Amino acid sequence: MPEITYLEGIRQALFEEMERDENVFCLGEDIGAYGGAFKVTEGLLSKFGEERVIDTPVSEAAIVGAAAGAAHMGMRPVCEMQFIDFISCGYDMLTNYVATARYRAMLPCPMVVRGPSGGYVRGGPFHSQNPEAAFLHTPGLKIVYPATVSDAKGLLKSAIRDDDCVLFFEHKYLYRRIKEELAEGDHLVPIGKARIAREGADVSVISYAATLWKVLEAAEQCEKEDGLSVEVVDLRTLLPLDDDAIVATVKKTNRVLVVHEDTRTGGIAGEITARINELAFEWLDAPVLRITAADVPLPYAPSLEDYVLPQTADIVRGIRRLAAY
Amino acid sequence: MATRAPTGSRAGKAPAGQLRAEPGPGAALTREQKLDLYYYMRLTRSLEERLVNLYRQTKVVGGLFRSLGQEADAVGSAYALDRSKGDVLSPLIRNLGSMLVQGATPLEILRQYMAKGDSPTRGRELNIHFGSPERGFIGQISHLGDMVPVMAGVTLSFKIRKQDRVGLVYVGDGATSTGSFHEGINLAAVQRCPLVVIVENNGYAYSTPISRQTAAAELKDKASGYGIPGERVDGNDVIAVYEATRRAVDRARRGEGVSLVELVTYRRKGHAEHDNQSYVPEGEIERWESENDPLTRYVGWLTGIEGIAASALEQIDARVVQEIDLATDEAERSPVPESDDALIGIYADPPTLEPLWFREGVRSAVEKHERPASWGTHDPETVKATEDA
Repeated sequence: MPEITYLEGIRQALFEEMERDENVFCLGEDIGAYGGAFKVTEGLLSKFGEERVIDTPVSEAAIVGAAAGAAHMGMRPVCEMQFIDFISCGYDMLTNYVATARYRAMLPCPMVVRGPSGGYVRGGPFHSQNPEAAFLHTPGLKIVYPATVSDAKGLLKSAIRDDDCVLFFEHKYLYRRIKEELAEGDHLVPIGKARIAREGADVSVISYAATLWKVLEAAEQCEKEDGLSVEVVDLRTLLPLDDDAIVATVKKTNRVLVVHEDTRTGGIAGEITARINELAFEWLDAPVLRITAADVPLPYAPSLEDYVLPQTADIVRGIRRLAAY
Repeated sequence: MATRAPTGSRAGKAPAGQLRAEPGPGAALTREQKLDLYYYMRLTRSLEERLVNLYRQTKVVGGLFRSLGQEADAVGSAYALDRSKGDVLSPLIRNLGSMLVQGATPLEILRQYMAKGDSPTRGRELNIHFGSPERGFIGQISHLGDMVPVMAGVTLSFKIRKQDRVGLVYVGDGATSTGSFHEGINLAAVQRCPLVVIVENNGYAYSTPISRQTAAAELKDKASGYGIPGERVDGNDVIAVYEATRRAVDRARRGEGVSLVELVTYRRKGHAEHDNQSYVPEGEIERWESENDPLTRYVGWLTGIEGIAASALEQIDARVVQEIDLATDEAERSPVPESDDALIGIYADPPTLEPLWFREGVRSAVEKHERPASWGTHDPETVKATEDA
């Protein structure tokens, strides 16, 4: 099999799932004739027709709400947010309607809301967001955020087959920057399972999405320069969190750094820290530390964006600090 | 026929000549169907009256929402759907009558209001917030307008699958101000979904009169902005409601897309039972009650122009009372929900959440005392040894 990009992995997942199940259809802004702002859905319209690849008005609430209605009827809609920043326009539908449907009304809502997320691309405050924490607090939703080509494809296929609503965050920095060769066959990655991205014994770093790659760089550097053995855990799914994987790495290294690109206050790193506190307090040899974006809207200028977002050097500093504690 | 519409709020001032004192001809309906409409209107009113009693006995756990004076709009519009074809509606808080038409039972309604464990939502949701897609109704949420996009999607699925089914969604005058209403109706219109949007204009959104809700002269005028037909009818004339909705349903079934039907009616009770309606101009409620009650009008028409014997209606009344009595007894016997049922069914997978540690759960190091040997400073033995030394 040839190497494919992260973006091609997502596109393949859409093609394969639409071919496999006629209940799967896509809706979103400019996804049909244009193929999507990032061309993720390119080729879908000619293959599946405009009844299953629907160009919608600029209406995120209607996209999410209509997907929910179709999902109630047994379809499996995949909504594209042109940029994930606009998911906030569908926040009410997602949190009040979709997330509660099964619980309050026994109404299944098997649907996916996906879209390009994240920064490091000079996109400014409204084309760079990581809004996952805004939904982490909503029971009834699932959240995945893949870092690799394999996970992008395999988790999207699992998300489409899941019987509940899955928010699928795609990191736009990774779209065309990483490549991988995937084995042939029905490539599925289970939702809710983290992955050890690098084995280690001295310090654990828990991360996901684009910062996962910066963490791996930092781990490499710390091994070379400091002789530190750094374990890296890629969460992959943020809701539900894989407590077992988190506790296992705490017990192994006793020192934990949590790294994410999202802002700090109320971010997922705080939740992970609280869980470690409750589940594995006595296994810690150092306080859990966080490396995150600063609590500011993401600015545009490279000198500003690079300063606000976590960089490899920051993570190296965090690992060294924990190792020395 | 000259209008006898009371004045007051703008909904009250229905356009001269449009409000009819008696329902229209209803030629397309059989005698049985006309009596059916009466049954559902009477059942709605009597069931709500029973709920008022239960509310005063504190057996209704939460608030109580009445549709007094709006029974014709709820029943007549829902009746225009074809249940044998699998048509689906999404009701609002004053559409108890619509749900009864679709097959919701008094027992379900009573259990739901009384928060019973065998209620349709197992005690999770209040009042008439529940659905049954297989019977053709989908439960609402409190966020007004949100059911419009949802029903756009329900009917989009009918279109994609080429099913001969129609959807109908209710919004109130207040919900027409929401973004969801706009986005949903626009998407459905563009996609030519088989959807009927019923705008129930009952004059008030909680305490806010229609004059503070919109600058539009009539809510039906909003339809033209979406490129769909809009019609305004007397919502207290059950036959007119049925006929107008039926025209919209037929258009939808023919593949002609979305229609908007504004039903002009009046909310005679407050937003909920606690609301004292202090904001309503004096005499307004009384005028609607005495001059434009949908049931009184319909009874007058059935027994007058249609020549149906009063005894036939009395038989229906007796049947309604009996059904409600039986349902009340059964609902009172229903159990309350088991507390830990609260942790079931947030997701298909996992189907159940673990209890938190301060309840039955034990997943905490605090409980387990997993203390590795390397963890020295707080080892009680070490502390004790240090103290002894």
